[in-house]
Amino acid sequence: MIGHRVAPAVYVRVFLALLLLTGLTILAGFFDLGGGRLHYANAIVALTIAVTKATLVVLYFMHVRWSSRLTWVFVGAGVFWLLILIGLTLSDVYTRPWIPALPPWGISPQ
Amino acid sequence: MSEHQDTVALQHQFDDAEQQFEASALGMWAFLITEIMFFGGLFTLFLVYVSAYAQGFAEGSRHLDLTLGAVNTVVLIGSSLTMAMAVWSAQVGRRTPLLLFLALTMLLGLAFLGIKVVEYTHKFDQHLVPGPGFRLESPVANHVQLFFSFYFAMTGMHALHMVVGVGLLGVLLVQAWRGSYSAEYFNPVEISGLYWHFVDIVWIFLFPLLYLVARHT
Repeated sequence: MIGHRVAPAVYVRVFLALLLLTGLTILAGFFDLGGGRLHYANAIVALTIAVTKATLVVLYFMHVRWSSRLTWVFVGAGVFWLLILIGLTLSDVYTRPWIPALPPWGISPQ
Repeated sequence: MSEHQDTVALQHQFDDAEQQFEASALGMWAFLITEIMFFGGLFTLFLVYVSAYAQGFAEGSRHLDLTLGAVNTVVLIGSSLTMAMAVWSAQVGRRTPLLLFLALTMLLGLAFLGIKVVEYTHKFDQHLVPGPGFRLESPVANHVQLFFSFYFAMTGMHALHMVVGVGLLGVLLVQAWRGSYSAEYFNPVEISGLYWHFVDIVWIFLFPLLYLVARHT
């Protein structure tokens, strides 16, 4: 037999889980989850649900759960470089407001 | 399957069908990693600008049709299920279910594109397409326009991938009709499935980011 054979019932369950998570993310979108204070709360919840859905698709629909270790290395490398791309860029951009604006270059006129 | 077809399906550089299958899947994953980085760049840019121009992006997001976006999400997730079932049918060597699930996946893919056409048409009618035709009474109209640049660039690239996917399904349908696939050889079905699921994942991220992130404000 070629490749791992997944029972159709498993696919259907993953599909139902994906539908449930889609409903959940829409529902969560209508509430201010940060209570007006935590600015990124909604985005964090939406992205967490999206990452969960993507993980389900990769593991079950794309058969990675039953794939060779070499496939895991490939997938892991992809995710790793994506996190570098997004993580390092946003850690710069999002934290800039934390630091008060620096004075311009040159000798101060005092 | 006859001995002759076996030798046709198995390329001489591979030890056995299992190794050939893994090599195909691995090659597809290598390609998908480049796709992850490609869409990842767009997502990174979006996340940078959505924080810089939060108000304009929230206003732009509210112009999108949440119902059509949600329906399209369900359509695409459904197409992933039928694609997974197509792979399963090929794996157990059943030609009729394979043809059926491939056709269903193709149909759902076309339905997604059809709904996208309706959405795009609305945006043209409402003068929300970036460029000289963009009209909007808003103090942050320029930022809303930037949001729509992202919207069309990201959903447009995604739709292009869908068009390619539908084309791949067309090829698979013809091949399956001719009986080119069997339980011993269905690599094209498997790796086209990987591609289709990847395009689904891109939409899983696009939907909340574009349609939902600013609903509560």
